[in-house]
Amino acid sequence: MHRLVSAVIPMLAALAAFACAAIILLALGANPFEGFRAMYTGAFGSVDRLSATAVRAVPLVLVGAGISISFRASVINIGGEGQIIAGALLSTVTALALPGLPPIILIPLVLFAGLVGGGIWGAVPGVLKAYASVNEILSTIMLNIVAVQFMNYMLRSPLIDPLEIERGTRIPQTERLSDNAALPTLISGTRFNLGVPVAVAAAVGAYFLLWRTPLGFRLRAVGHSPDAARAAGIPVERSVVSALALSGSLAGLAGAILVFGSEGQRMITDGSSAGFTGSAGFNGIVAALFGGLHPLWTIPSAYLFGGLITGANHLQRVLQVPAALAVTLNGIVVIFVVSSSKVRDRIGAILKARREFDHPANESTSSPPAEEVAAT
Amino acid sequence: MSDFFTATVLFSTLAAGIRLSTPFLFAGLGEMIGQKSGVLNLGVEGVMLLSAFFAYWTALSTGSLWLAVLVGMLVGLLMGVVYGLITVVFHAEQGISGIGIFLFGLGFSDLMFQENVGTPKFTSKLPSVDIPLLSDIPHVGVAFFQHSAMTYTAFVMVPLVMILLRRTTFGTNIRAVGENPESADSLGVSVARMRFSAIVIGNTLAGVAGTALVLELGIFQPNLTAGRGFIAIALVYFGAWRAPGVMAGALLYGLVEATVITWKALGIIPRSLSDISAMAPAVITIGALVILARRVKPPAALTQPFSRH
Repeated sequence: MHRLVSAVIPMLAALAAFACAAIILLALGANPFEGFRAMYTGAFGSVDRLSATAVRAVPLVLVGAGISISFRASVINIGGEGQIIAGALLSTVTALALPGLPPIILIPLVLFAGLVGGGIWGAVPGVLKAYASVNEILSTIMLNIVAVQFMNYMLRSPLIDPLEIERGTRIPQTERLSDNAALPTLISGTRFNLGVPVAVAAAVGAYFLLWRTPLGFRLRAVGHSPDAARAAGIPVERSVVSALALSGSLAGLAGAILVFGSEGQRMITDGSSAGFTGSAGFNGIVAALFGGLHPLWTIPSAYLFGGLITGANHLQRVLQVPAALAVTLNGIVVIFVVSSSKVRDRIGAILKARREFDHPANESTSSPPAEEVAAT
Repeated sequence: MSDFFTATVLFSTLAAGIRLSTPFLFAGLGEMIGQKSGVLNLGVEGVMLLSAFFAYWTALSTGSLWLAVLVGMLVGLLMGVVYGLITVVFHAEQGISGIGIFLFGLGFSDLMFQENVGTPKFTSKLPSVDIPLLSDIPHVGVAFFQHSAMTYTAFVMVPLVMILLRRTTFGTNIRAVGENPESADSLGVSVARMRFSAIVIGNTLAGVAGTALVLELGIFQPNLTAGRGFIAIALVYFGAWRAPGVMAGALLYGLVEATVITWKALGIIPRSLSDISAMAPAVITIGALVILARRVKPPAALTQPFSRH
């Protein structure tokens, strides 16, 4: 009975979110029931739509799996947006530098470049937290802002398509990247590409890493109690850096898949981070929370969330309401999911040890330094 | 570069810097009050956008700036009640629910703008109020005494917030629930009520910040705030949870922004590097956090939900 209740409560949160959405639709002069039907058909109505939803869910699965890793180590990573961009930029540069490599080498290479780019961008707040006590919530948000501006600079100047300069249109985008790097479509006639199985494999990999490897054990130990972990000889600082680097690398992989799984086969910016990422860096967090911060449960959770986004986009086209409706609904769902008690308790239990890292026991007990003791 | 170091340019940059620091100062003070009570509000950016849009829309449709300011404040207050429910009543994780508020504000202000305004139109801006005599002093007058009522109010808020937090029972209670909610509770202070009030005050100030921003510019566009709300959160760390520190930080960011604008206009920063110069506030913030993180101490119960057992 208790399990049933705890399963129903997040659903209530989702219903409340839909009620808010219905009010907004009414205010826009649209019929909410038509709206929700359009959302459903847009998300799950046909093989084509189901595939589109799967593609949309890819960055959410990857960011979500990464979030599960960092949260298990009691580190909050809000930097998914920047890490996606960093991964996308490094993979784009790789494809521009080595366009002639055969697909069998180039595809793994650009995906690896995405991992590395995101990993570096994730490691920075990790180092800042571990060695300078900088709050990672703030530093990751700031690094998101830096990454967006860097992307805008790269796509407007060094990486811009030479044709854009020739024609004088100056649209901030790269040239069409090597077709050898394009992720192959797996179901012909749909957008279902190699990115989908890669993301699922990465989430399974994250699960094995967390529960089947010594590194995963260390990360979870640090997340459980940094003081106890330190006493047991686990390098707490290095583990914090690893957690953020791993989390960032999965987001970076998502960035590479966004570029090489796109129809345009190029990287393009509209000046904002959401324009490139579709806010996956934030939504992936919610997908992970909805999946109980477990990498495997993040997969179905991200699929549902992907459906919400493809559905909202479809709804917006069918009912001809502004595209910003999707972001609005997105925000409402985040608020309700995070407020629902089951999710809240889960986060509370996992982040219990966060305070301990910020206020380590050895600092609060005020034993005088050795030299002073020796002097007296 | 020599074009920059002339008295006229320097003082007008200073004036612009003070003007641009106004939204930072309102939002930073608001965030500080919330954090003092133990609640981190990451949704400032979203609240600023919502207030900015509704204040702009009011100004556009009624022509009344007073009404616009009032609407901007009310939107902030309403969002404060919403965020209070989320964090104090439902105990939601503060870092992530704030991102939800941000996304909602980003989307909803854009949605309302497309639906009700569509193409950007200019509205009347806040008039500048010249302080008699002082505003006539050459250069100094332009820099300090020819600002809008909003800017003067922002700086007057600094001592007011100090007095509120340090000299009143209300302020002492806010600090108590932020430092040690268990003790405050045992002494009969309602943790929930204090935190709720602090959040509502904080979000109302965030609403004023958004209003000040849009009425200085006289025009709204989607994502108008462009990260200023997030910078305001960092300002609180920067200012070590003290009102004068937050003011110093707000002035610094305002001046950096003004300097970048002036340098772009003078051609000191080439157009191709304007995206790089836009990184300045975020990079400065990271640098400041590295220097300050181990020197300043946040309220002990920050981000910790409280419930009686």
